Amino acid sequence: MTDSKYFTTTKKGEIFELKAELNSDKKEKKKEAVKKVIASMTVGKDVSALFPDVVNCMQTDNLELKKLVYLYLMNYAKSQPDMAIMAVNTFVKDCEDPNPLIRALAVRTMGCIRVDKITEYLCEPLRKCLKDEDPYVRKTAAVCVAKLHDINAQLVEDQGFLDTLKDLISDSNPMVVANAVAALSEIAESHPSSNLLDLNPQSINKLLTALNECTEWGQIFILDCLANYTPKDDREAQSICERVTPRLSHANSAVVLSAVKVLMKFMEMLSKDLDYYGTLLKKLAPPLVTLLSAEPELQYVALRNINLIVQKRPEILKHEMKVFFVKYNDPIYVKLEKLDIMIRLASQANIAQVLAELKEYATEVDVDFVRKAVRAIGRCAIKVEQSAERCVSTLLDLIQTKVNYVVQEAIVVIKDIFRKYPNKYESVIATLCENLDSLDEPEARAAMIWIVGEYAERIDNADELLESFLEGFHDESTQVQLQLLTGIVKLFLKKPTETQELVQQVLSLATQDSDNPDLRDRGYIYWRLLSTDPVAAKEVVLAEKPLISEETDLIEPTLLDELICYIGTLASVYHKPPMSGPPLTTSSVQMGAVDLLGGGLDSLIGGTNFVAPPTAAVPASLGAPIGSGLSDLFDLTSGVGTLSGSYVAPKAVWLPAMKAKGLEISGTFTRQVGSISMDLQLTNKALQVMTDFAIQFNRNSFGLAPAAPLQVHAPLSPNQTVEISLPLSTVGSVMKMEPLNNLQVAVKNNIDVFYFSTLYPLHILFVEDGKMDRQMFLATWKDIPNENEAQFQIRDCPLNAEAVSSKLQSSNIFTVAKRNVEGQDMLYQSLKLTNGIWVLAELRIQPGNPSCTVRAPAPTLRPWSLPFVPCQGVVLVEDAVQASLQAWLEPESVRSLKRTFLESFHIHPVRLPR
Amino acid sequence: MSASAVFILDVKGKPLISRNYKGDVAMSKIEHFMPLLVQREEEGALAPLLSHGEVHFLWIKHSNLYLVATTSKNANASLVYSFLYKTIEVFCEYFKELEEESIRDNFVIVYELLDELMDFGFPQTTDSKILQEYITQQSNKLETGKSRVPPTVTNAVSWRSEGIKYKKNEVFIDVIESVNLLGLAAGEGAGCLLTTPHIHPQVNANGSVLLSEIVGTIKLKVFLSGMPELRLGLNDRVLFELTGRGKNKSVELEDVKFHQCVRLSRFDNDRTISFIPPDGDFELMSYRLSTQVKPLIWIESVIEKFSHSRVEIMVKAKGQFKKQSVANSVEIAVPVPSDADSPRFKTSVGSAKYVPERNVVIWSIKSFPGGKEYLMRAHFGLPSVEKEEVEGRPPIGVKFEIPYFTVSGIQVRYMKIIEKSGYQALPWVRYITQSGDYQLRTS
Repeated sequence: MTDSKYFTTTKKGEIFELKAELNSDKKEKKKEAVKKVIASMTVGKDVSALFPDVVNCMQTDNLELKKLVYLYLMNYAKSQPDMAIMAVNTFVKDCEDPNPLIRALAVRTMGCIRVDKITEYLCEPLRKCLKDEDPYVRKTAAVCVAKLHDINAQLVEDQGFLDTLKDLISDSNPMVVANAVAALSEIAESHPSSNLLDLNPQSINKLLTALNECTEWGQIFILDCLANYTPKDDREAQSICERVTPRLSHANSAVVLSAVKVLMKFMEMLSKDLDYYGTLLKKLAPPLVTLLSAEPELQYVALRNINLIVQKRPEILKHEMKVFFVKYNDPIYVKLEKLDIMIRLASQANIAQVLAELKEYATEVDVDFVRKAVRAIGRCAIKVEQSAERCVSTLLDLIQTKVNYVVQEAIVVIKDIFRKYPNKYESVIATLCENLDSLDEPEARAAMIWIVGEYAERIDNADELLESFLEGFHDESTQVQLQLLTGIVKLFLKKPTETQELVQQVLSLATQDSDNPDLRDRGYIYWRLLSTDPVAAKEVVLAEKPLISEETDLIEPTLLDELICYIGTLASVYHKPPMSGPPLTTSSVQMGAVDLLGGGLDSLIGGTNFVAPPTAAVPASLGAPIGSGLSDLFDLTSGVGTLSGSYVAPKAVWLPAMKAKGLEISGTFTRQVGSISMDLQLTNKALQVMTDFAIQFNRNSFGLAPAAPLQVHAPLSPNQTVEISLPLSTVGSVMKMEPLNNLQVAVKNNIDVFYFSTLYPLHILFVEDGKMDRQMFLATWKDIPNENEAQFQIRDCPLNAEAVSSKLQSSNIFTVAKRNVEGQDMLYQSLKLTNGIWVLAELRIQPGNPSCTVRAPAPTLRPWSLPFVPCQGVVLVEDAVQASLQAWLEPESVRSLKRTFLESFHIHPVRLPR
Repeated sequence: MSASAVFILDVKGKPLISRNYKGDVAMSKIEHFMPLLVQREEEGALAPLLSHGEVHFLWIKHSNLYLVATTSKNANASLVYSFLYKTIEVFCEYFKELEEESIRDNFVIVYELLDELMDFGFPQTTDSKILQEYITQQSNKLETGKSRVPPTVTNAVSWRSEGIKYKKNEVFIDVIESVNLLGLAAGEGAGCLLTTPHIHPQVNANGSVLLSEIVGTIKLKVFLSGMPELRLGLNDRVLFELTGRGKNKSVELEDVKFHQCVRLSRFDNDRTISFIPPDGDFELMSYRLSTQVKPLIWIESVIEKFSHSRVEIMVKAKGQFKKQSVANSVEIAVPVPSDADSPRFKTSVGSAKYVPERNVVIWSIKSFPGGKEYLMRAHFGLPSVEKEEVEGRPPIGVKFEIPYFTVSGIQVRYMKIIEKSGYQALPWVRYITQSGDYQLRTS
């Protein structure tokens, strides 16, 4: 009897019947009923109405029935959170069952029920299960910590589960170790700053030992974790590599790829002169080749990664060209990837073979593949100079096939070959011209026109050829129109006598009859050039063109290095770095005519959330604006009375030139009389002029957004610097960032789009009306629960109460009240953030006390993760705010000042009455 | 890190069963999968990885089912595909065939397995032999005996249970070598011979081998009691050089992959293959050699197409292996145009058959001794009206099996079996060479 019978009952009143059966006294009937419920659930019917009845079946000693009820709970608990509580008791009981299978089942399922109320009850059973005598229960509990952390991170931290999890890394059972590593890695991924894994030579050693013992999946978790580690020197790197290389012989492709990732990353640290370096290179090739015998999907992942590896270290696979030969029955996605790698590996030594293959592929039937093969022949010609002639003759052979798309593709690549080897292969032009009529794709037409214009003096009927295109000028695509305009102007400059009429015609078509501004502008430029100074025109239009470079599609080196660290993951398949958080949104952007998204950003997002990560571009000086925040605040030299607006940090480099193709951006934030601005300094360190600047922010905690477009009035020439003040508003989209004051920025120019992130000092968000009413202050002060209180001390503060008060006021931190208790000045401060959050503080200043002690150590101030809803003005202050404030108040640059005035500084989270 | 949820969809993209592991990707997102797949297929840009907004679909197809994993993070893609294939393997072990019906018939067990295979996106126990110890096909069994976690699940030796007993302790070793070959069939210059069918064509062998490799696997069938320690000795060149036996005949294994039971670091150190085997059938290791070997069966072909009238095919096959050996079940598949008709064959040995659904002629030879040469001719008619779409030029495919023979010359030198109870066990060895992906392009 099969289970399929359970799917058949679809009568009306089914729910009612099931209810009765579920409450039946007969065990067998009950179980049958639960199966029917699960069957209905499987086919997508809503059976949540049976919740209480199903939960009633939970207390059973029948394991199968229990599993089914648990399954039901996982599916419906979220929609019935109140009723889910009913199940808690059984869960807790099951966690103490003598059968480890049941204990593990209970703790596993409980973690999957994402209902807040249940998580509280989960803590005690989980704690026990983490220490269970049975490794099967422990390994399940380890994963459960990650589940719970996903639901309520604060709870996990408070309960000390993270420490227990860390202890499990030393567990005697390899599977427990593997799951603990996986859970910690998962948690660390969502909290990059937490340094949870705390990798050091000792813990690495433990992991490497466990690597030899655990299952294939556990090995992957451990290898992926190892890849995050940075060895302290080349010796450590080598010893880790030595212990990782045996994994290359594992039958599971995923283990092999993860091992390759570790080796590729750590190899960076090894000197190339080292014997071991050479040995390692040799060891990497065979397993990479074997990956090509895996299932097609795994082959695809492997090939995408090999593409990266070949760019990073071409020496590894340079002798393995043949294994990338395309087979007739390879899936198309495998074929295309193999082709790409073949071109990358092409060299003088193997070009003959490569060409023979490419020619074979060019006669296949799959259009995309054939086109790519033809293009590949062109790329070989450009890459391997010695082969250019053979490539050209191969292309000519292909043109003879008269297969339309082959001909067009060939003409496009021949144009590129002319750009690389000018005046060398013009003899083929005649053949090309024969195919003029069959060209119907814009790119091929434009290429052909370019060739005719460029070599007009050698083509007798160049004027006729070009004229033939002119008839349908307005139906052509812009690409062709522009090319035709240039081509005819070239022709005119070369053969002025016969072509005057033609050039007049095209100029008037381009300037008078066209709506396309690019075309019109180009037309006018030519027109003026020709009419004012034909000699100059010749110099401009017929100038010698720079040769095109060999490989234009290489991945930029910094990105490549980053992607190497992601070997095996989606990022390595997409060849785009992953982004944490959702893609950049357009809502906060006012770009005017400049469309940032049109400039490539959307193609980067392209249906995935893979966008250059701001973190990758974060300069080392992160946090500098915050760290030095108080240097002015407590700086005696500026005098007590100066109230010149809030503190402004010196500009720091946000985006180094090497990460942004020559554009260096440094900047700082200011707040003056209620308006926030981002002061930027853009420096062009590249060799070309930069234009078309635009800026965009990702959603952020306080909704910061540019209030106006980025105005860079003139193009930025090489070595030029401009200073720009960009006004900011706080009405943009809100999303909680980690850390809270993180701002992710995209800047575009004519070259590319660049991403960086920076931390803004929180005090730019302190509003001018941040002084709280005394009565209200008193009332709220009392209501603050003690546990929300944070306390710390500021050292070396030389100011008295008045000076502190006025200093703070210049940054919109207001003194609400002041009193003197036992010789200490007590200041009560308030401030308000742009989103309506109030922060209250008490400052105690002891005059004349030079010594200083920190009473509240920093760990109490680490960020909590309370729900944070800034946009509603609900005042749940995270102590990330406090941490930032602390940093802001810590006067690093005034260490020389010995006396301490501020002894403590309390900041309280407050819930304000609406 | 890995999958957020796993779905099994029917051929139309309707979810048959699914398991949500992490809850960070809405289960309804699966609705986008099939339209996306269809769209990509139409664009000719189908890949094993599709994405819709922030959701990435990693999918594989098995018979008429799609197995899809969703994620919105930078998941380890190779791990996910590996896991999906492993899942199929486990299901097949349980249900023999994995198809729509078997899932419906066993949905309770499928749920149980999905629960045990992966937890919160982390693959767990995926060894079907171990799973079968506590997730049993006959669910009724559970009622009586209390099922326990077999200690094997979390043991360092997670692939073998304790307390296995056999009356007769034996190990069967199969050494199987598959020859992959990509070549160009010789043929030019032989065209004239078609008109003089009585003479054996002396074809100029201008064919060539583009790529040839040997993929070997060693499969074990283990019937051993207790927890035996096994050591396998091969004529591995690296080992021979290490131990100073360089003169003996040895084989250079280029890349070796092992079942997880083999101690990899030991192999890395001194090339010893030592392990505690799983019970029953398993693949102990695989290896690859890309040394150029003479193609075992060499093909020369002339395919002449006379548009609107006929196609003439002549194929010569030559056994290029030892005279004492015999290739069995040889099948040579020669492509013909899809609109060909009225086939006529003539073979010097074996029989030829036209298989229109694959557009090939299959020439079967039951037994093909080394050193022999055979000939097949085929004649097809072509319609006078040519069809429009262009056809590719599929290669000639060859299948064969040569028993008692390995191309590489690999040998099992010994298999040491040590168990604490001290029983005597017998190892048996068989060798076979077969065709892998063996194709010859025609010019």
